[in-house]
Amino acid sequence: MTKNTAVIRENFWERNKKSGGFLLKKQAKKVSVSVIRAVLLFGMCFMILQPILNKISISFMAEEDLYNSMVISIPEHFTTANYQLANQFMDYWKTLGNTTLISITIAFLQILVCTVVGYGFARFEFPFKKFWFACVMLTIIIPPQTISTSLYLHFRFFDILGIFKLLTGNTLNLRGSVLPYYLMSAGCMGLKNGLYIYMIRQFFRNIPKDIEEAAYVDGCGTLRTFLQIMLPDAKPILTSCFLFAFVWQWTDGVYSKMFLGNMKLLSTQLTQIGEKLSNYLMYTLGEPSGASVGYTQCIVSTGTLMVILPLLVLYLFAQKGFVESLSSTGIKM
Amino acid sequence: MKKVKKLKGLRKRNAISGYLFILPFIVGFLAFMVKPFFQSLYMSFCNVELGAGSFKMGFAGIANYLRAFTVDTEFNRLLAEEIWRMSYNALAIMVFSFFVALVLNQKFKGRAFVRAVFFLPVILSSGVILGIEYDNSLLASVQDTIQQSTGNASITGVIEEILMTSGIGGEVFDIVFEIVDGVYDVAIASGIQIIIFLSGLQTISASMYEAAEIDGCTKWESLWKITFPMISPLFLVNWIYTIVDFCMRSDNAVIEKISDTMIVDLNYGFASAMSWIYFLVVILIIGISSLIISKGVYYYD
Repeated sequence: MTKNTAVIRENFWERNKKSGGFLLKKQAKKVSVSVIRAVLLFGMCFMILQPILNKISISFMAEEDLYNSMVISIPEHFTTANYQLANQFMDYWKTLGNTTLISITIAFLQILVCTVVGYGFARFEFPFKKFWFACVMLTIIIPPQTISTSLYLHFRFFDILGIFKLLTGNTLNLRGSVLPYYLMSAGCMGLKNGLYIYMIRQFFRNIPKDIEEAAYVDGCGTLRTFLQIMLPDAKPILTSCFLFAFVWQWTDGVYSKMFLGNMKLLSTQLTQIGEKLSNYLMYTLGEPSGASVGYTQCIVSTGTLMVILPLLVLYLFAQKGFVESLSSTGIKM
Repeated sequence: MKKVKKLKGLRKRNAISGYLFILPFIVGFLAFMVKPFFQSLYMSFCNVELGAGSFKMGFAGIANYLRAFTVDTEFNRLLAEEIWRMSYNALAIMVFSFFVALVLNQKFKGRAFVRAVFFLPVILSSGVILGIEYDNSLLASVQDTIQQSTGNASITGVIEEILMTSGIGGEVFDIVFEIVDGVYDVAIASGIQIIIFLSGLQTISASMYEAAEIDGCTKWESLWKITFPMISPLFLVNWIYTIVDFCMRSDNAVIEKISDTMIVDLNYGFASAMSWIYFLVVILIIGISSLIISKGVYYYD
C-alpha cells in the first residue's frame, strides 16, 4: 500500500502532464473544499459553544474582574464563591432531587401513554381516524398560553361530572399540587406530547404489516403483538423520545410555573435567581443599591451552568440516543 | 358470503382495539383541551372579574377584539413585527439547516463531534434557559457602550456602515444585516431541522448519484435535480416545525404581551381575545404556506 502511494506520488506530475492538468485541478479542488469546510464548521461550532465557554469563565470570576477591561476570559481572582451563592439561592441539591424525580416520572408517564396512542394511530384502521389525528396536530399548534387561564380555573375548581360536589359539597382545589400535571400527562396533554405521538406513530408505520399478520395467524392477540413483538423493536425511538421528554421537562418554564409552582424546580428557581441576589445583597449584607447588572449576570450564568450541567453529562453519554434514533424514524408528511 | 362477514368482524375488532389504544388521548383531549379551549373562546367575548374564591363573567360581545385592534396601542404593531420577523427567520433557518445538513452528510474527520455540537442547542437552549439568554439585553447594551467608548468597532459594524452610506437598497440590507447579526439565533433554532434533513439525505440511494455522474452530471446539477426533489417533503415538515417552534417561544413579543395582560393586569378576557387572534393568524400562515409548499413537493414512491 505505502509503496503504491509512493509510486503514485512520484508519478503525480507525469500523470498530471498526461491528463492535461486535469489531475492537479482535481486535487486542488479537493483540498480547497476540505479547507473551506473545516474553516466554516470550526467557525459555526465555535459560535454555538462560545456562550457556554463564556459562562464557564465568568462563573469563576470575582466581582472586580467583571469590570476590569483587561480580564476577558481568564479570571484574575479565581473564585468559587459564585457557585456557593448560586447553590444557596437555588437550594441546589434539594431542587436537583425534586427536578430529577419530576422529570423522570413525568417523562416516563408521557412516553408510556404516547407509545400506546402512537401505536393505535399507526397500526389500526378505525372510523374518524383522520379527525383524531388532526386533533393531535392541533395540540401541537395551540400555544399553551391560549388555554392556560381556563386550565388554571379548571383545576382551581376541579370536579369530575359533579361527583365531588355531590359527596363533599365543594369542588376540589387542585391548585398547587402535582396531581393536575400527572393527570394531564396521562391524557397526552403535557409538554410537546403531540410531537412524541407523531414521532412514535411514524416509527410504527414503517414496520411491515406481514409481521403482525404472521403473529395473528400464530394465534397472538392484539395486546401480545404490541407488547412482545412491536415494543422490543421500538426501543431506540422510545429511548430517544424519553430523553427529549426528560430534557424538555427539565428546562420547561411554562408548565412548571403553571402547575408545579409550589415545588422547587431548577427551571423556576433559575428565573428568580437575580431577584434573590438583589434581596440578599440589600437585606443580608445591607448594601443599599442591590446587585449591579454585571454581578447579576455573573450569578445567573453560574446558575444556568449548574442547571444545564446534568443535561450536558447526560448528552455526552446518550448522544447516540438523541440523534441517531431520531433520524431512523423517517419523518415524512 | 361467509368470508365477507368474517372480514367485517375482524375490521370491527380492529376498530375497537384501535379506539382502546388511543383512548388515553381522547380522554385527555376532551378533558384538558376541548373544555379550556372553548372556555377561553367564550372568555374572549366576556369581561372576566376575579373575586375572592370565584369568578364572574359578563358577556361583552366583540369589545375585547375591538380593543385589541383599535384601542390597544401595541398589539397591532407587535403582531405585525412578530410575523415579519418569523417569516424571514424561518426562511433563514431553512436555508441554514439545509446547507449544514449537506455539509454534515459528507465524510470527514470529526463528523460525529460536529454533529453533536450542532444538536447541542436543542438540549441546552430550551425552555427557561432561552428566556434567560434574551433577558440579557440590558447587559448587551452595557457592553455596547463599553465597546463604543473603547473604540473597538466590530467588522460587521464597519461593513454595515459602509454599505449603508453608499445608499444601495437600504431596506434589503437591513434584513440581511439582521439575519447576519442573528446568525447565532438561527443556528440555535435549527438543531432539529438539521437532523430531519440529514435523515432525509441519508435515505437517497448512492446509485442515483452514480448514475447521474456517469451520464455527465456535475455535483451542482445533481444537487438541484436529485437531492432537492428527493427531500422536498421534508421541507414541508421543517417549515411547519419551524413556524410552530417560533410561535411557542417564550421570548416572542406577542406571547409576552398576552402573559403580561393575564398575570399582571389580571385581564383574562382581553388576554384570551389576543391569544385567539394570534392563534388564528398562525393557523392561517401555516395553512397558506404549506399549501404553497405542498404544490412543489415531489413524492418518489
